[in-house]
Order: sequence, then C-alpha cells, then structure tokens
Amino acid sequence: MKILVCISNVPDTTAKISFTDNDTKFNKTGVQFIIGPYDDYALARAVELKEQHGGTVTVLNVGESESDPQLRKALAIGADDAIRVNTEPTDSYFVAAQIAHIASQNSYDLILMGRESIDFNSGVVHGLVGEMLGIASYSPVMKLDITGNEAKFAREIDGGKEHLSAALPLVLGCQEPIAEWKIPNMRGIMTARTKSLAVVEPVSVDDSTVLEKYALPAPKGSCRMIPAEEAEQLIALLKTEAKVL
Amino acid sequence: MSVLVFVEIDNGSIKKTSREAIYFGARLAEQLSGEAVVLAIGEATEAELEQAGKWGATRVLHVSEEKLAHENSLAYADVLAQAVGATDSKIIVLAKSGLGDAVAARAAAKLKASVVSGVTELPDTQNGFKVVRSIYTGKAFATVEIKSAIKILGIRKNALEVVESEKSAPVEGFTPTLRESDFAAKVLEVEKASTELSLTDADIIVSGGRGMKGPDNWQPLLDLAGALGAATGCSKPVSDLDWRPHHEHIGQTGIKVAPNIYIACGISGAIQHLAGVNGSKCIVVINKDPEAPFFKAADYGIVGDVFDILPRLTRAVEEAR
Repeated sequence: MKILVCISNVPDTTAKISFTDNDTKFNKTGVQFIIGPYDDYALARAVELKEQHGGTVTVLNVGESESDPQLRKALAIGADDAIRVNTEPTDSYFVAAQIAHIASQNSYDLILMGRESIDFNSGVVHGLVGEMLGIASYSPVMKLDITGNEAKFAREIDGGKEHLSAALPLVLGCQEPIAEWKIPNMRGIMTARTKSLAVVEPVSVDDSTVLEKYALPAPKGSCRMIPAEEAEQLIALLKTEAKVL
Repeated sequence: MSVLVFVEIDNGSIKKTSREAIYFGARLAEQLSGEAVVLAIGEATEAELEQAGKWGATRVLHVSEEKLAHENSLAYADVLAQAVGATDSKIIVLAKSGLGDAVAARAAAKLKASVVSGVTELPDTQNGFKVVRSIYTGKAFATVEIKSAIKILGIRKNALEVVESEKSAPVEGFTPTLRESDFAAKVLEVEKASTELSLTDADIIVSGGRGMKGPDNWQPLLDLAGALGAATGCSKPVSDLDWRPHHEHIGQTGIKVAPNIYIACGISGAIQHLAGVNGSKCIVVINKDPEAPFFKAADYGIVGDVFDILPRLTRAVEEAR
C-alpha cells in the first residue's frame, strides 16, 4: 500500500501571533514551527497502517526550506521518503494543485492529511485534492482501518459520528483520535538523515487570491468579577449589561 | 447576477448557521444589485423553505431526491455546481462547517473557483472583491482580495446580526443529474444524539473542564444548560479521559464555537481551548482558582466552587422567567 501524507508547517499552538512589514507578513521571530497537529495524527496513522500492511509512506509539504526540519521529523517518525514542493504556500487552491500534481504522478492508495491547517483553518485542501484527482474525499476522519482494497472509517458529524466504507483510493482529512501522536526515537532520528528528501519545483497556478493585510483582534476589555456570594447577579448582567441573554 | 446560498437542512429545518448565510448572501447581493437564491438539499416542507425570504432570499431551489437525504458532500458539491450553472451565479455563500467546507472544496475544484473560509464581515466590493477572514484559529484576521471569476465564501458564525423581514420566498423544484461515483461510500452506521442541540448552532454553550472532577458530577452543568436552552461542551482533557463524548470537545483540535454566551465551568483556559472559543460574544468563567488564565479572556468571572455556583445560577435562570 502506498500512502501519501501531506503536512503543513505551522506556528506552534501556543505561539503569539504578530505581523511585520505594515501588517503584510507573519512575524516569524521567536516562533517555533511544528508539523500541523492534525497532520501529525494523519502521519501517525499512516505509519501504523504501514506497519500492519506493508508498503510505503511518503510525506509531502508545499513550502520553503524552513519546512525541512518538519519533513525530517516525519521521516524520523517512520515515513520512508519526503517530497517538498519548493514554493510559498499562498492559498488552499494553490497548495491543493501542487499536491494533486505530485499525486497524479504516483498512484497512491491513500492520501492523508489533517482536517485543516492551524494557520488558515480552511479545511478545504483534502476536498480540493480529491476533486482535482477525481477520487472521493472525506473529513474529519477519526478512525481508519484498511482491509484489502477497502477502507472502513468513521467521520465526525454534528453531534455524533458516521461509519463508512469505501474502496481505495481515497483522500482523507484526519483528526484525533485516529492515532496517538508519535515521538521520534533515536534510531528513527539517525535513519531519517539518510532517507530521501526530494525538492521539486511547483507547477504554475493562477493567483486567485491575494493577501492584502493582516490584523489582530481588538484587545479584550477587562473581566468583570462577580463575588461568589452574589453569583445570581450574572443572569441579570447577561440580560441588561451584555444584552446576550 | 445572483448569489447562490447553499443551506444545510437538519431534521426538516434550515440550520441557524445557514439562516445567517442566507442573510449574508442577501446583503451581498443587495450590494451588487443582484438576488440571493437558496439551494436546499434534503427533506423540508415548502412552508419551512419559504422562510428563506425572511432572511432576504428571493427564491429557493429545492432538491428532494431520496438518494440525497443522507448527508453526502460529494453529491452535494455536484448539485451545487449544477445550480451555479442554472442560476448563472458568480458567488456562492455557505456557512462554515464540516459539511460546508467539504462541499465548498469540491465545488471550488469543479468550478475553478477560489474558496475563502471563515469570512467575518461583508466583502468590500467597491474596488475589487476584498474579504476579511479569521485565521490562526481566531487569533488574527486577514484581508484577502479574490480574483477568480467564481468566488466561494464560507461564513463564520455571528458574522452579521441577522434582521428578519416578513417576506417569503417562492420554492421551485430543482432536479440535478446525479453521478454514481458520488455514492461509492456505504454508510454502515450513524451514531447521533439527535435530541442534543448542536454545538455549532447553539446560542449558549455551557462547558466543563477537569474542575468538574469526574463524569458523574455533570448533572449541575446539564441542569444549567437545560434551563438556558444551551448546548454542552467540554475541554480536551475531559474528552481524553472519556468523561464526555469526543464530539463535545471544544478547542484548537476539537470544535470551534462562536455562541452568544460561553460559560466555562472548571476550565483553566489553556491557549488551545481559548482558540476554540474566541469567536464567542460573551465569555463567562467560573473557576475556584483566581489565577486561572481563562479570566483574562473572559467578560464575566466568578471565583468559586462550580458545585455551589451552578445550581444557584440554574435557580436564578428559572426565577427570571
């Protein structure tokens, strides 16, 4: 079984977000970058499936050389080889077109990624890739098993979950608890150094969206504290002061 | 020029987030001197669908194919793309949700359209087409110019304050061509707590954290939620510990919510949890630890024991009726 795992290179979930150059660039100073947390679940499940069924796991990122540490980490976790499409990921459509191009040159049985990247939170790349390749896509997938050519999986829906089965190939957007995040061990880190990390150039896609500027939310006003013995006041305040009840 | 609004039907009625999408689409159509047309897929009465007029739609296309009764993003995207052709729409509006994202994505690839998700206000159509969207899980915003001919906007909850009118919108049947390949997945089982109010639709959410001290202590929280007509949520540790089901997990890696009131009970407020609730209009934090970081993000705070405070709040809600 050939699995492609697409990972995003994103600021750590605890990172303070700020911008530079007149609010047109993300300020990377002091920000730790990580494999997207949802992508990390997809990668962990891909490695488990390879251990069960054999095959290969290829990890793919659309990004510049600053993504390489995350690709190396994915190799250390258990991916067999890595591909980086050497370009700045500008929007979902652009990224999906790059992924679809790589995927169309190799016949992957499964294309896994996180349900969304935690920088732009669009949650549309899996659907775009699926449609571009003409194969089915589902998200958010929280359980996945493979038997022969068939995938059995569970998808989160409003207020519950839905169990599905479908033939491979599939594109799936993943979330917990599909697998536990894996931490690379020393042996993994050593072997990752010799695994292939291919850098390829992007295919051209028309710029369909252009970023104009970033903004931070208005600072939060101070919290009004209500003494515990007068807790009941809250209900009146929500009605008359905040006017939300 | 029409704006096509894709709406979600749940148990025969138009979801609240979809009503907001209709209103958003109608306001945008007004800006562009066009009309807002609604596409509704699934079982709903004509009386229910006519209501789309209240939120500004001029007509409703209704698809009531039995094969489409079960949520199917692949087929819905196909139907949406066909409806775009039939109405000559250049803009598609839908509520940002799991289904909305999936439908938007597949329709975007079919129509070579740009999809911008998490839109928080009406686009600036004076020069070009500029939208503001939420990014970094609500920690920032981006203004983006969309240049493609067809544009798809995923609207974040509470983007606009909905104003209703008395109008009603005529409903017409719409018969799409369905593709076999969109039905390749077999639905084996659906587990759904159908009586529960959906978290993404709820105006009020009461949410519990580790401070609730165990799965058997949830009753006071459920009682307050019941009195307020609220949905219930929880923090990540609570769902990891299986105290509450996974679909209640609110946060960076769970559901992102944007209710009018979010009441956090015994949740300290880790940054990953805050990322899931920062779209809320009003945040109330109840915690016995005055140093809990959540107070910094709150509008109202009560330092105290949740098991003392919750029943008293429930009584206060009941007495205020």
